[in-house]
Amino acid sequence: MKYETQKVALPFFVVAMALFTLQIVFGLLAATVYAWPNFMAEVMPFHIMRVSHTNLLIVWLLIGFMGCTYYLMPEEAEREIHSPNLAYIQLAIFAFAGAAALVGYQFGIHEGREFLEQPFWVKILITISFLMFLFNTSMTLLKGRKTAINLVLMLGLWLAAVFWLFAFYNPTNLAVDKLYWWWVVHLWVEGVWELIMASLLGYLLIKMTGVDREVIEKWLYIIVGLALFSGLLGTGHHYYWIGAPGYWQPIGSIFSTLEVAPFFAMVVFAFTMFWKGSRNHPNKAAMLWALGCPTIAFFGAGVWGFMHTLSFVNYYSHGTQVTAAHGHLAFYGAYVMLILGVITYAMPQIRRVQPYNQILNMWGFWIVTSAMCFMTFTLTFAGVVQTHLQRVLGMNYMEVQDQLGLFYIMRLGAGVAVAVGAIMLLYSFFGPAREQVPAGGTQITAGAGSA
Amino acid sequence: MADGLTKSAARNIFYGGSLFFFLLFAALTAHSHWYMVNVSTDSEGLTDSVKHGKEVWEKNMCINCHSIMGEGAYFAPELGNVWERYGGLENPDAARAGINAWIRAQPLGIEGRRQMPAFDFSEKDMNSLIDFLEWTNSINDQDWPPHPAG
Repeated sequence: MKYETQKVALPFFVVAMALFTLQIVFGLLAATVYAWPNFMAEVMPFHIMRVSHTNLLIVWLLIGFMGCTYYLMPEEAEREIHSPNLAYIQLAIFAFAGAAALVGYQFGIHEGREFLEQPFWVKILITISFLMFLFNTSMTLLKGRKTAINLVLMLGLWLAAVFWLFAFYNPTNLAVDKLYWWWVVHLWVEGVWELIMASLLGYLLIKMTGVDREVIEKWLYIIVGLALFSGLLGTGHHYYWIGAPGYWQPIGSIFSTLEVAPFFAMVVFAFTMFWKGSRNHPNKAAMLWALGCPTIAFFGAGVWGFMHTLSFVNYYSHGTQVTAAHGHLAFYGAYVMLILGVITYAMPQIRRVQPYNQILNMWGFWIVTSAMCFMTFTLTFAGVVQTHLQRVLGMNYMEVQDQLGLFYIMRLGAGVAVAVGAIMLLYSFFGPAREQVPAGGTQITAGAGSA
Repeated sequence: MADGLTKSAARNIFYGGSLFFFLLFAALTAHSHWYMVNVSTDSEGLTDSVKHGKEVWEKNMCINCHSIMGEGAYFAPELGNVWERYGGLENPDAARAGINAWIRAQPLGIEGRRQMPAFDFSEKDMNSLIDFLEWTNSINDQDWPPHPAG
């Protein structure tokens, strides 16, 4: 850690991980209801668990992005953060707003639009906090060195804030409502968040492989170019069945097929840089995350997205458990793994120790990742059966659900394994530091000389 | 792969291309907005009651169990075409009575079946909610879902 203010990232990581833990708790509760429908039916109905699960994800990922940005910005800009105090204040506002929303949901206080359920005043607080964050980081960038990494990162964050403004627009006409609702939901996760993801990944690769910055930054522009060229019109795959014109079917099908390209490029990018790298970075656990993230994102967002994105397939699979399968692995691979990777990389430096608890961290990686894959497979099988019985044979929804019980029980099991792995990860981040380094010569040692 | 491509060329392609695709997307969205308001949805039928029904829908967060036009949670049945499923196209009065009775009967309390919470709707809220569902069913949504089962 070269700059003192990089430690601003620490409270962001702590809050993000606390909310991540809560997200898993609500996910487990909701998965239990799928397996045992009467579970907590009167204490906490399913919709409260579900809104808590999804909103916690969004809030902790945003706080995680902020922490990552505060961590890397001083190094990239080669100057201290503009105002550390402003960072702490905006974190407090954001965390308060998120917590207030979460508590409110338990009492039925919300705006009732999926993912944008936060009450109006919470949305205002989130906006204020985000603007403070953008001001603080942009000032740091303006006065410092401008690299492709921090420029693309800030562009992604600014555009995320701009598109967030559509959360305030709720037209009476349901079709129009959905048209603009996707301007937040899709343009975030399949658009500008990919800019954030690619730049953070590029940063990790520069730091850990020692590959020349020029090479990595050129790749970065190619990847984020692919992401926006495909992702903007790829929004069309949400416009098939909401009363939009028919031309969205070919446009959405073609461009969302192309959405696989940036994720594939990220896999090639990460592994190429890893093999080309000359530096033998001691933080092997972070390297594992940096390679695992684009790989799982490629499968979750790319392959699983493509599986049901063509309009003539989507006509049958839309809104089934296939969507749930894709959603889980895409978010985990692209954004959850990214932030966990940056935390793995940054924490030893913030705590001023050598990379520590690496074996435990890697066990956490494999357990959580395998469990998320297993969860995705079970939901995919459930979704395929559901699609056939309900959409082709025309059986009633609840009759079909009765056929899927075994899948839901296996999904709950996968969720328990995720929780176990997550506890290991939390302990490896914040627990006592033990010097654990994998034996030399493992496959995850960068550089040709180390094989 | 991109040896002939310099970093600044890659950067310019990114900024220029993204702007182009964004403007194209914005233009198509504007047209879609026009199309929705004038062609695919019943703007005249978008009465105060339908509007209030959408508020009831949101106030009770139906979207976090049900899906509507395929979006939402996948825990409870699709409601975008529930009006059709209840025979509303042939016999509106019977469909209205049927949906009303179904919601009033919740929770069913059957062991091993997902429970819908009891929502204590006033008659006005209930009628508006059903008006909203009827209106939603009338959206021209490219013939989705493929089967009335939802």
